[in-house]
Amino acid sequence: MSSEKVDASSTMNSKNVSLPMSRVKLIMKSSPDVSSINQEALFLTTKATELFVQYLAQCSFKRGSGREKKTLAYCDLANAAEETDTFQFLIDILPKKILARDYLRSLEEMGEVEDD
Amino acid sequence: MAERPEDLNLPNAVITRIIKEALPDGVNVSKEARKAISQAASVFVLYATSCANNFAMKAKRKTLNAGDVMAAMEEMEFERFLQPLREALEAYKKSQKGKKEATEQRRKDKEKKTDPEENDKSREEDDEEEERMEDEQEGENEGEEEEVEN
Repeated sequence: MSSEKVDASSTMNSKNVSLPMSRVKLIMKSSPDVSSINQEALFLTTKATELFVQYLAQCSFKRGSGREKKTLAYCDLANAAEETDTFQFLIDILPKKILARDYLRSLEEMGEVEDD
Repeated sequence: MAERPEDLNLPNAVITRIIKEALPDGVNVSKEARKAISQAASVFVLYATSCANNFAMKAKRKTLNAGDVMAAMEEMEFERFLQPLREALEAYKKSQKGKKEATEQRRKDKEKKTDPEENDKSREEDDEEEERMEDEQEGENEGEEEEVEN
């Protein structure tokens, strides 16, 4: 199995970041209790987010079953969130999808139990 | 405070680029997957910020610093990021220093031509402000470009 190591130089330019720091700062400031953020902290957070995007994409893609995969799909992400410890915090925003009919069926089953 | 919900999202084009570079050539990414990764990235920022902030508060500081962010990564079990982040930070500090030195040099050159004495310290602060604003403007310009695509 190939190493999943993420390295700084693989994102565009290791001196800078691709994601706009001003936008990252906006998100950070929306967090309660945060007063101010020093420039290095902002840089690191932006860089870490890029590394995270790479890591999430790679992990999710690798988890696809052994068959030939040419597409990264939503379900790959949802599976990765459920199965990988470090992605547990994403479980609520990457829920697994179920078919509508399965959901309706499970609702019916719950209804039956209550009637008893 | 962000006025629109889109403001808390990261630019799609940049996210897509990062994803594509992380995956083998020829792999496609569904639109849904891209959107989900983008949202996950925003959540990551919030989680990291909140975590880093805890460290800052413990140390009775109001400003988040680099150490807080590194500690947050460890706390979140992203130790794999620590080394690349350290390296990137070093490179960043060097490039910032280079900029500052270049600005200093320009200032010195100007001083040779004009009258000295007047501007010393307030100039330094202005230059630092300029640097920060430059960085932010670069970031903002990128952001604006991306929004048009949306």
